[in-house]
Amino acid sequence: MSPQTANTYAHPEGDLTPEVNYINATKGIKSWLLTLDHKRIGIMYLGTILSFFLVGGLIAMGIRAELFTPEGDLFTAATYNKMFTLHGAIMVFLVLVPAIPASIGNFILPLMLGQKDVAFPKLNLASFWIYIFGAGFLVFTLINGGVDTGWTFYTPYSSDHASGSVVLTLTGAFILGFSSILTGLNFIVTIHKMRAPGQTWRKLPLMLWALYATSVIQVLATPVIAITLFLLIFERILQIGIFDPSMGGDPVLFQHFFWFYSHPVVYVMVLPAFGVISETISVHSRKHIFGYMAIAGSSVTIAAVGFLIWGHHMFLSGQSELQGAIFSFLTFGVAVPTAIKNFSWIATLWKGSIRWNTVMFYTLGFIWIFLIGGLTGLFLATMATDVHLHDTYFVVAHFHYVMMGGTLFALITAIHHWWPKMTGKMFNETIGKITFWLAFIGYNLTFFPQFVAGTQGMPRRYHQYVPEFEVWMQASTIGSFIFGLSLFIMLGYLIHSLFKGVKAPHNPWGAVSLEWETATPPIEHNFHGLPVCTKGPYDFDEIEEVA
Amino acid sequence: MNANEGGAAANADRNPYLAHHFMDKFQQDDAVKMGMWLFLVQELLFFGGLFMAYISMRFYYPETFLQEAMAHLDWRLGAINTIALLTSSLTMALAVRAAQQGKQKQLVPLLAVTAVLAVVFMGIKYFEYSHKIHDGLMPGIFYAGESLSAVEAVNHAPQIFFSVYFMMTGVHGLHVLIGIGLIGYLMWRATKGELNEDNYSFVDNVGLYWHLVDLIWIFLFPLLYLVK
Ligand code: HEM
Ligand SMILES: [Cu+2]
Repeated sequence: MSPQTANTYAHPEGDLTPEVNYINATKGIKSWLLTLDHKRIGIMYLGTILSFFLVGGLIAMGIRAELFTPEGDLFTAATYNKMFTLHGAIMVFLVLVPAIPASIGNFILPLMLGQKDVAFPKLNLASFWIYIFGAGFLVFTLINGGVDTGWTFYTPYSSDHASGSVVLTLTGAFILGFSSILTGLNFIVTIHKMRAPGQTWRKLPLMLWALYATSVIQVLATPVIAITLFLLIFERILQIGIFDPSMGGDPVLFQHFFWFYSHPVVYVMVLPAFGVISETISVHSRKHIFGYMAIAGSSVTIAAVGFLIWGHHMFLSGQSELQGAIFSFLTFGVAVPTAIKNFSWIATLWKGSIRWNTVMFYTLGFIWIFLIGGLTGLFLATMATDVHLHDTYFVVAHFHYVMMGGTLFALITAIHHWWPKMTGKMFNETIGKITFWLAFIGYNLTFFPQFVAGTQGMPRRYHQYVPEFEVWMQASTIGSFIFGLSLFIMLGYLIHSLFKGVKAPHNPWGAVSLEWETATPPIEHNFHGLPVCTKGPYDFDEIEEVA
Repeated sequence: MNANEGGAAANADRNPYLAHHFMDKFQQDDAVKMGMWLFLVQELLFFGGLFMAYISMRFYYPETFLQEAMAHLDWRLGAINTIALLTSSLTMALAVRAAQQGKQKQLVPLLAVTAVLAVVFMGIKYFEYSHKIHDGLMPGIFYAGESLSAVEAVNHAPQIFFSVYFMMTGVHGLHVLIGIGLIGYLMWRATKGELNEDNYSFVDNVGLYWHLVDLIWIFLFPLLYLVK
């Protein structure tokens, strides 16, 4: 493998796979828990996020098991309500929002910029611990009566009627918001003020453009949910009445507040995923990304327009028809930059030298799944069809396609792509590829039938249903168990590679962005001296030879 | 180019206030300043939610807001508080200048005046709050101001005005308290001589925070006290 030393970064020791690296430079549990090293913080985030994914996932298995039969036989209705609420809250607030930025993003952002750390390392550690603290609240609700409001906490149910530890859950989500804001703030400043010499905005890897756009949303949208949850906590404790109709307040106002954050936040989940895919598709097809500026610009456009379309969640809330029409129109608008990305990725593959490895499999899997998720969003954005589809399994299928299929598949892609960099080990490609097929088939079997059930009228959030839907629900349950199995296999081979895996070469994929210039795994301070960026992140050697 | 080349030995003459991952002090100060501005943006949006709640509720109950504000909020107290906060913003700005110019002797007194004015603000707020609580002018179900029937209460909704009032001034007051804490911390650092022309970002940032707290009050005062 030819070393990619085109960016002028000299390795003083010439040692690209050093014995002393960030993993073993210092020892002991405290050297991890109190570390200021963005790489260790990223790894801790990854571990924690995956643990919560396991908790949320096990609850989901319970939900799917209940839905295997039309009768409500496994759990009572009340228990079922608590299960889907906690499943949703854990998956959204603890898993999907921080999934890519806080874990993978933390790890690679300073490396991609040729820097020693993020701008505010202490703040970075603080946001990790704030995350853990907030998560503690959510976990505590699990053993303290649970909540059954749904992750959307609609008033007046959440303020007046719901039993259980609503306040605890709200407090947890409130605290988690600050972790998200601080990460976003840190990333924005780092990208603005700390780039390698020569690294202009047009030489930024698209992952960083995506993280940048994400961070902007985190800083601008999260405070709004914070104040919303804050008011709701007081609504619940003191009945202040702002959202409570029996006190003269307005429950629809709550929905506006809630979706003003919660729509943009879907882009917090999915923009980093776009970033990952832009990297992997280019690196693994050995071709310069198609439409660099278009992809970068569409990330920013999505972030901006994403703030104007929250009302598409409220077509049936009693907002005026004109308002609905405007929101509908703008929602269609956001599909345009999304489509630009999709077309650019496909065009990147054209005449590329595609590597059929695990990372590429997941990349293509992502594109397929996200395409379905995005297109079904348009059905929901059309007011006339949404009247039928709102609150059915169609919506459930839609957002699982974009969130789980989008964000989660991209997270898996990212973990595989940067695994050698993070751990210094290679995983087994053959098992990786087989597992992909299991995951892909299991995934689609889980969620595609839900579209059908939804169009036929199956409502969401019910623990019983009429027998007509049984076949779709059974397919879905079977699919979900296959999918779950594939994730356990993945966990298995990844852990196996840590101990038995082949030592990774310094740049196994032959990528040219700066994170591959440094040692694998990186040394504690990332680089000896400052690297200088002379090449774009997608200027592969082969291309120049041809040209 | 390799500004940080050579590890600790070559860095012996580095500015002691310069963190290891920055190239130079300029870059560090720049980053810190930008971080603070982003934090302020975040604060603005946080308060934005409260202002939005105010706008909606005032839109639903215009007469209530008019009557309750006229009858129960004393604009003179609000005005004194406005003057107190505006003056404290001035002394804070002077404190920042003193720090930048390394004028240690001025720094601590200026910070002290700022803190005292903030305490005055909170004192008056305390007075106002206890007065309202005494009169039963409380948010939501705790409202016991006038003997309204339940139906009248919903239609007229004086309790909502006080919900909005207490939430807005409460969250703002919390920020003032945090500000007092930060200024106290600055004074402590300043007496140790740690805030000087080489290291004033922190004073600068607390200053920015303080101006924001002031600015928000400038909006709260007319919206709550001067409703006409
Ligand atoms: C082309 C892009 C998209 C369009 C046009 C779109 C449109 C919509 C619409 C109209 C709804 C409301 C359906 C209803 O409640 O009746 C909806 C729900 C939802 N969408 Fe999307 N969407 C898009 C992409 C995404 C992405 C990328 C994500 C997340 C990563 C996402 C996550 C969600 C979630 C979580 C819900 C349901 C929330 C709930 O009610 O619990 N969507 N989408
Ligand atoms: Cu949405």
